[in-house]
Amino acid sequence: MMANTNLYHSLSLIVPEIVLAIVLLVLVLTDLIFHKDKKFIPYVALAGILITGYFVLNQFGEKGFAFQPALYTYGMVAVDPFGVFFKMIVVVATVFIIFFSFGSEEIIKIKDRIGEYYALIFGMVLGMFFMISASDLILIYLSMELMSLSSYVLSGFTKLRERNSEAALKYLLYGAISSGLMLFGISLIYGLTGSTNLYIINSLIQNPHINLFTLAFACLLIFAGIGYKISSAPFHFWTPDVYEGAPITITAFLSVASKAAGFALLIRFIRTTFVSYADANGMWQLINVFDWKTLLIAISILSMTLGNFSALWQNNMKRMLAYSSIAHAGYLLLGLVVLSNQGLLAVLIYFSVYLIMNLGAFLVVMLIANKIGSEDIHDYNGLGITSPFLGVSLAIFLVSLTGLPPTAGFIGKLYLFIALVDAKMIAVAVIALLNSVVSLYYYIRVLKHMFLTKPEKETQAIITSLPNTILVSVLVAAILIFGIYFSPLVDAAKSCLVILGM
Amino acid sequence: MIGFPILSLITFLPVLGMFLILFMKKEQPKSIKYLTLGITALQVILAVILLANYNYASGGIYEEKSFQFIEKFRWINISGISWIGNVKVDYFLGIDGLSMPMVLLTALISFIAAISSWTIEKSVKGYFALFLLLDAGMMGVFVSLDFFLFYIFWELMLLPMYFLIGIWGGPRKEYAAIKFFIYTLFGSVFILLVMIGLYFSATELMANGSRVHTFSLLALMNPANYSADGILSALNPNNLRLIAYIALFAGFAIKIPMFPFHTWLPDAHVEAPTPISVILAGVLLKMGTYGILRVSYPIFPDITRQLMWYIALFGMINIVYGALVALAQKDFKKLIAYSSISHMGYVLLGMASLTTIGLNGAIFQMFNHGTITAMLFLIVGVVYDRAHTRGLNDFGGLASQMPIYTGFVTVAFFAAIGLPSMSGFVSEVLVFIGAFGVSAIRVLTIISTLGILLGAGYMLWTLQRIFFGPLNEKWATLKDLDKREYAMFIPLTIIIIFLGVYPSGMLDIMNSSVNSLVNFVTNAL
Repeated sequence: MMANTNLYHSLSLIVPEIVLAIVLLVLVLTDLIFHKDKKFIPYVALAGILITGYFVLNQFGEKGFAFQPALYTYGMVAVDPFGVFFKMIVVVATVFIIFFSFGSEEIIKIKDRIGEYYALIFGMVLGMFFMISASDLILIYLSMELMSLSSYVLSGFTKLRERNSEAALKYLLYGAISSGLMLFGISLIYGLTGSTNLYIINSLIQNPHINLFTLAFACLLIFAGIGYKISSAPFHFWTPDVYEGAPITITAFLSVASKAAGFALLIRFIRTTFVSYADANGMWQLINVFDWKTLLIAISILSMTLGNFSALWQNNMKRMLAYSSIAHAGYLLLGLVVLSNQGLLAVLIYFSVYLIMNLGAFLVVMLIANKIGSEDIHDYNGLGITSPFLGVSLAIFLVSLTGLPPTAGFIGKLYLFIALVDAKMIAVAVIALLNSVVSLYYYIRVLKHMFLTKPEKETQAIITSLPNTILVSVLVAAILIFGIYFSPLVDAAKSCLVILGM
Repeated sequence: MIGFPILSLITFLPVLGMFLILFMKKEQPKSIKYLTLGITALQVILAVILLANYNYASGGIYEEKSFQFIEKFRWINISGISWIGNVKVDYFLGIDGLSMPMVLLTALISFIAAISSWTIEKSVKGYFALFLLLDAGMMGVFVSLDFFLFYIFWELMLLPMYFLIGIWGGPRKEYAAIKFFIYTLFGSVFILLVMIGLYFSATELMANGSRVHTFSLLALMNPANYSADGILSALNPNNLRLIAYIALFAGFAIKIPMFPFHTWLPDAHVEAPTPISVILAGVLLKMGTYGILRVSYPIFPDITRQLMWYIALFGMINIVYGALVALAQKDFKKLIAYSSISHMGYVLLGMASLTTIGLNGAIFQMFNHGTITAMLFLIVGVVYDRAHTRGLNDFGGLASQMPIYTGFVTVAFFAAIGLPSMSGFVSEVLVFIGAFGVSAIRVLTIISTLGILLGAGYMLWTLQRIFFGPLNEKWATLKDLDKREYAMFIPLTIIIIFLGVYPSGMLDIMNSSVNSLVNFVTNAL
């Protein structure tokens, strides 16, 4: 009887995940049954993700563990507002990606296989959801594999270009190695502590008899696995190639959703495993076994600097945005570096903003590529004059990525620096600020090509369809509104600061 | 007082104009130009209304109640039980004797620049939309009293300026535009950092008795608002106030531009179209010195006193170095650009004196430099429009060909040299008297007087090379000024001469504020 109520309770906590799994099955089945006319499959996917979103929102405020063994205080899946926040980021990103797919020439060309495309996307989303709430190393590994395997296939899905397969293979090889490393790290931790549950590990590693060297080694190995997912340096080598080779919709999805899931996992992993308590000022007290702070500072500065400086030389827009996303992983890590609630808040705010501006930038790049068939920056010459709507929109997204007011990107950066200054990490803040000056150069370079440089040949105006125009306008409006009035954004993020087990 | 929010109106009127332009057809460039002219003319009228209702006796600077035309309400208020992430930003506008001259200057120069923009023919719609956005940003900087708001306006100008130089500029416009952008952004990230540091160091007393962190400049000026553990609090023995001051100063100094951060200016000026040069020299450079007076001085009075010698030193370097480099120029516009660097040095020198006379001189010099240099750039524009060259050695004898133009040129040149009866003379004299009276910087002041000599040298030499001597036959067809150009030159000439003869017209506006600023900075702990 006890076990039954426990199971029922657990299942009620993972309703969004169950809905995702059902939608996935429905997608596969409809694809099989209606293989003649697949026009409505995207709508099934859209409805599925919206329903999932409803159940995620429904979970807001709930705190509890699913799959909690009897006599244990902790379970495998933690449901908390922090998780809800990141799940909503993934849901919103998925909704946009489905809309993007409606308008993408690349995806329209493969309409025969559209069912698999959406099924794989749902596989990824399911993996992400579990990554976000997993509090057990086994589940962490499984969910990461679920997400990764789907994304390997998706990145080479269209098979329209040679780069496509190159991207998929590269992604797979790097992914296989990093997940192998991570698995090794997990097994080491299990060997040291005898448990895979993060909360139990937390209480066990406070015991001073543990072998610190092995533990540090295991931490590094696990970080390698997660660092690969959030594309932070030095695990970023796959990023430019995969971003360039994959279909734009998938690139955009990887750059936002899979990064979000990776960050949520990293934050929860560090917060629940290595932090003993948060003091009155919201500063997290690390257990003195592994110096996450130094590691994260180094990784963060390396990612920012490497990403920004490499982006300076890129001529392909997707590649440029890939390096920019590496740099943004660095900025986001800064929020974690301070190991405080203030920093966590900064990460949440930055992520919501990053979601909007990065999706926006990819959307415009996609719409342009649909027409001119190129992502080369030199083909953008004069585009801002002939197609002012797309030009100005892309300009706003890029300015926001730089972090200039009055755009939402500035608010994201502002909160990051507030967290850094609050933690008295001025030197790191200065490095980050100088990095954003560097980033200005390559973002503005796009504006320069669009508005300042004269095209060699006459270019035609790019006319966007009404739905795409609305989509771009919504994203632009969000960037500008949150840039000027950011209270709702911060209030929402504030209410999601709770990570279970604090 | 006035019954409507006049400062919001004067700031956001151009934004309204920008939206109107965006909805206008690009086939009607004339109506877009008239609309812009109308908006800027309205701004001038509003500025005059402000002046007419302005209370000369009110000091401002650090007291909210002695500011005028105040508009204050809560803009961002994130509050919660946990203090984390709580932010309070006020929409806080107000002016005092420091900002009143700058508001007048901004309205005037924008109006003149709008007239000067009549010759723009390439993508008129985009140009005037950006022009108005730039105008709003400049005005906003001068009227905001909340650091956050100030910073938003400060950054708001960057992008329009980038495009205005980059699209409508000369042959090396792309290089000049990005150089301007990166330089100023480099400066402003330091301003941002100091802003956040100040935010965490000080709190403001709320109506309900609680204390919350604040961006309000006035609250940040009050030493009583600082907590002992703030990194920028004077009470904290390990505070970073000196470093923060230098960072903030550097951020503002790039805009002035102060040596050694000046290298973007000649490039930007040479490549920018005439009206943008006018705005750049007339208003934008003033934001640097205004920022120092509005933010650095009253928030860090202790460090200001400590570093006044260095400020004077950089002032002197600007004056002498700018003048020497100007002497070596062969391009008319570049010469004016360097003379502008030299003239901004006087502002720095006057500010460094920390005396009422010196500071009066400095702010008056800011206004005068705005009008005189704007006129000089217009002069360059006139000759460049006709001859399509700016080489100083390509001309000669233009005085006989364009006598009226030469008349205006002479007025502007003599004003720039500092001839008595012109406004430039009064401000330079005040700066020197003020600075000379302070024994610590007396030597620097004496060296700085070289600038006047050198200034007379390059100005007169230029006058001679372009306007006197035999007429270069190539230019025998050049026409004298037309009506539109009269409309630009006459108001500026009148102001330059009027303020030269009756300087109190401007000095009275700023005097009580300067007094309270000097008192505040020299007496604060």
